[in-house]
Amino acid sequence: MTTLTEAPLNDADGLLPSKKKSSGGGLGTYILIRFFLIIPTIFILVTLVFFLMRVIGDPITAAQGGRLPPEALAQRIHDAGYDRPILVQYLEYVGQVATGNFGTTITDRRPVVEMIITFGTATLELAINALIVALLVGIPLGLIAAYRRDKAPDAFLRFFAILCYATPVFFAGLLMKLAFSVWLGWLPVAGRASTRTELAMGSLAAPTGIYWLDALRSGNMAAFGDVAAHSVLPALTLGLLTAGVFLRLVRTNVIGTLGKDYVEAGRSRGVSNYRLVTKHAYKPALIPIITVMGLQIALLLGGAVLTESTFEWKGLGYQLVQYLNARDFVAVQGIVVMLAVIVAVTNFIVDVVAALIDPRVRY
Amino acid sequence: MNATKVSGRKQPLIYRLPVISHFRSSVGLQRGMLVTGMVLAALFLLVAVFAPWIAPYGFAQLSDAAGPFPTQQPPSPAHIWGTTVGGYDVYSRVLWGAQTAAVVIIVAVAMSIFLGVALGLVSGYFGGWLDRVFVVIADAIYAFPSLLLAIVMSIVISHGQSSFWGGIVACSISISVVFVPQYFRVIRAETIRLKAEPYVESAKVVGASSIRIMGRHIFKNATRTLPLIFTLNASEAILTLAGLGFLGFGIEPTSAAEWGYDLNKAIADASSGIWWTGVYPGTAIVLTVLGLTLVGESINDLNDPRLRGRKKAVAGKGGPDSTAGTQAAPEAEAEVRLP
Repeated sequence: MTTLTEAPLNDADGLLPSKKKSSGGGLGTYILIRFFLIIPTIFILVTLVFFLMRVIGDPITAAQGGRLPPEALAQRIHDAGYDRPILVQYLEYVGQVATGNFGTTITDRRPVVEMIITFGTATLELAINALIVALLVGIPLGLIAAYRRDKAPDAFLRFFAILCYATPVFFAGLLMKLAFSVWLGWLPVAGRASTRTELAMGSLAAPTGIYWLDALRSGNMAAFGDVAAHSVLPALTLGLLTAGVFLRLVRTNVIGTLGKDYVEAGRSRGVSNYRLVTKHAYKPALIPIITVMGLQIALLLGGAVLTESTFEWKGLGYQLVQYLNARDFVAVQGIVVMLAVIVAVTNFIVDVVAALIDPRVRY
Repeated sequence: MNATKVSGRKQPLIYRLPVISHFRSSVGLQRGMLVTGMVLAALFLLVAVFAPWIAPYGFAQLSDAAGPFPTQQPPSPAHIWGTTVGGYDVYSRVLWGAQTAAVVIIVAVAMSIFLGVALGLVSGYFGGWLDRVFVVIADAIYAFPSLLLAIVMSIVISHGQSSFWGGIVACSISISVVFVPQYFRVIRAETIRLKAEPYVESAKVVGASSIRIMGRHIFKNATRTLPLIFTLNASEAILTLAGLGFLGFGIEPTSAAEWGYDLNKAIADASSGIWWTGVYPGTAIVLTVLGLTLVGESINDLNDPRLRGRKKAVAGKGGPDSTAGTQAAPEAEAEVRLP
C-alpha cells in the first residue's frame, strides 16, 4: 500500500515536504490523492456485496418467504421496490449509501445506521481493549525476541507467536472460559455486563454505549468492576491473536534495522546492545509496524466477529450472525459495507501517519 | 523452476524440490522448526487419508450394536474422547474432520493458485488499464476482513448449509475468493520484474507469442515463492473453514465432520464444565495450523538470506535464472503481510 517513490534516499533528511518537483507533490497533495483512493475501494466493495447479496433473490423473500401469504409478500416486495430492475435498485442503493442512508432492517424494522451505531460501540470497545492487550504484549516481547535473537527466549517467543496465530479465537476463548470462568470461577462466562449493572447504567442521561465509560460516569464502582471483569476474557482472546502478529513484526523489523550501517556505527563506538535495540533500532522499525497495524484492522474485525459469538458480546459481529441466520440481508449488507468503510478509512489514516513520519512514503 | 537447462553440474531433482532443498540448507533451530512442522503436517495428512480405517465410528454415527450412544459422556473405554451433546463420538469426529479439512484446503488452494497465477501473469505482462482494474479490485478485496467475505460467499453459494461435496465446494470457493488477490499480487509483482529481463526481450525478438513467453519464460520463474504462500495459505484456509463452521455457515454435521462446527456446539458445553467436546477438535486445529505454519515460516526464513541461519550457500546453483532468483524482496513482503 505504501509505494516508495524513485526519490533518492538522501532526500529523507527531514520532515519538510520536498521542494523538488521531480519527486512529486508535497504532503497535502499526497493526503488528497490518498483520500480519493478510498472512494473506488468502497465503491467496489459496495458493488460486490450488493450483487452477491442479490444473487440469492430479493431480501424480503429471503427473510420472510414462507412466513407471509404470497400476496402480502408480493405487496411488501413492491412497496420496498425490489421488483424493479436490478440496475435501478443498484443505482438507488449507491445513492443512498453515498448520503449515509443504509435502509431499514427487514426483521426488526430498525434504521440500519441506528442499529450499527448501537452495536458498533460494543465492537469498538472490544477492539480497543484487544488492541491495548496486543500492543502491551506484542511490542515488548518482540523487542526481547530481537534482542536475544536465535537464543532460547527468541525461539520460545517465536513459537508463542505462531501459537497465537494458530489458535482460532473461538478455541482460545473456549479454553479461557474453561480455565478462568468454570474451573477457577474468577471471571464471568459471557456477556458485556451483568443485568444489575446494565440496569444501573440504563438510568444515565446520554449513555455512550461504551460500558466502562458509562460505568465511570455513573460513579458506581461496583458496576465498573463488573464491566471490567466481563471485558478481560474477550480482550485477552482477541488481543492475543493480534499480539502474535505484532511480536513477529517488531522482531523482524528491529532485526532488519539492527543490520543498518548507523547501528553498526553505534556498535563500533561501544553502544550497548540493549541501548541499540531500545534507542537506535526501535523507532525506525516502527514505521512498517504502523503500516501493518492498519492492515491488522481487517484481521481484528474478523476476529471480533468470532470473539463476540464466543462470549455473547452483543456487538456488530454478534449481531451480524443473528441477522445472517434470520436471512435479513439488508442489515447484513449494511454491516458489511460499514465494516468495509471502517477498514478503508483506517488504512487511509495509517498511510497518512506513515507519510507524516517518513517523507519517502509520499507520492 | 526446475526445467531450465543449465549446462554443467546439476543437482538431482529430489534435492531441488521445495521442502527438501530447504531442509538441506537448514541448520539448528530452523531445522528443528521445519522438522516439527513437517511431522505435524505429515501426521495430519496421514489421519486425513486413513480416517475411515482409524476412526472407530462414522462421523455421523449415533448408535452401534450395543444401542444408541450416550450423550455428553466423559471419556470412557467405549468412547475414548467422550461424546457430544448430540451423541456423536468425539474421537471419530476429530479424525474425520482432518479429512474434511484436507479436502477443503486442496480444493481451495488449487483454485486460488490457478486463478491468481493466471490473472497475475496476464495483468503483470500486459499492464495497461486491465492491470489497473485488477489491482484496484484485488486491493479492495485484500483490505476486506477475509472471514466476512467468506461468510457472504458461502451464503450466496450454498445458502448456508449443504451436502458433503456441495459444502466442500462452497467453503473452498469462499476461501479462495480471499486468497486469489494474494497470489495475484505476488505473481504480478514477479511478472513485472521478470518482464524486463533480457531473456524475455530476446524471446520477443525471435517472435515468441505472448502466451508462450508467459507460460514458458515468466511462469516458471515467477512461481518460485508459491510453496511459501501455499503452506501459509493452507493454514489460513483451515482457520477460515473452522471460522465458517463455528459461525454455522460450514458443512452440515451429517454430511461431514468439521472441527469448527464441533467447537460451536462445545461453547455451550464449556459453561457447564464439559471440556472434552471442545478441547479435542480445538487442539486438532491448533496442531494442524501449527504444523503448516512452521513449514511455511521455515521456508520463508530459508529463502531470505538475511534470516537464514549461518551455513554455506547451497552449491551447484548456476545459470541466469537462479541468480535472478536471489532477490529476496517478494518473500520479505509476503512475510510482513502474512496474517
